[in-house]
Amino acid sequence: MRIAVSDASFTPPRVQGRNTRKGLTTLSMMPPLEFIIKMGIYALMTVCVAGALLSVLFRNLFHAALALTGVLLGIAGIYLALHADFLAMIQVLIYVGAVMTLVIFAIMLTERFGDASLRQFNHQSWAALGGGILLLTFLVRMIQTTPWPVKNQAALASPAVTVVQLGEALLGPYVFPFEIISVILIAALIGAIVVARKDLEA
Amino acid sequence: MIIPLEHFLIFAAVLFVIGLCGTLVRRNIVGILMSIELMLNAVNINLVAFSRSTSLDPVTGQIFAIFVVALAAAAVAVGLAIVIALYRVRKTICADEISLLKW
Repeated sequence: MRIAVSDASFTPPRVQGRNTRKGLTTLSMMPPLEFIIKMGIYALMTVCVAGALLSVLFRNLFHAALALTGVLLGIAGIYLALHADFLAMIQVLIYVGAVMTLVIFAIMLTERFGDASLRQFNHQSWAALGGGILLLTFLVRMIQTTPWPVKNQAALASPAVTVVQLGEALLGPYVFPFEIISVILIAALIGAIVVARKDLEA
Repeated sequence: MIIPLEHFLIFAAVLFVIGLCGTLVRRNIVGILMSIELMLNAVNINLVAFSRSTSLDPVTGQIFAIFVVALAAAAVAVGLAIVIALYRVRKTICADEISLLKW
């Protein structure tokens, strides 16, 4: 009874105090640094999606390749946000360094730059757009309705995967796919040379 | 994880659908190859996000992502070699003008 009376007498300050405490807890749950990181990751995602759209829509294929390079760099940033440091480095080295260089070489060897009247998109553009939007809505609905078994916070606080762990996995349980990959790579590279070289007889 | 898993998955789905539309719409074979790279990268984001948030062994997803990167590099090397050989013979790299195998 006395507690109730004291409660009634002190109602305005209690409410005030509760409000500020609630505000403090939400503030402590999200410190400013974490908020900045979160906004940074979302900004990175936005830049990636915009760059991907540009790389599909640019008429000039060289500009499209540059936009795709930006997207690949942004995806390396996403890997960093997911604590996959080695994969981010691999992304920059192989995709931006090697694959995009190859693509730009191929564009310069084959593109008819002077021919601006050349159609870049075929006749099924609108059908592809409609199908893509349908697929996207289906995927988003599926992602939102599926209960993903997300690990608890204690397990998520574990440190990032190190290069040592990756190397031990590659030479331990995954040694057979690793060897297969090396054979595939050498076969593909030799095949590329054989296909692309000039015929000596001709 | 600061950002929920679903947001990464939706981001990857958007990238995948953009790449799929590009693959279907482009006439230039090099453009098609670039769009395929975009799709493979979207799949890689999914693999890494799952390995971070749900997998019991976080190494597995990254190993598979590395395999995908290696296979994508091999595919691009062979694909661009075919493009250059085609351009030498046919003087075009528009996918709908190369209809040798159609009747």
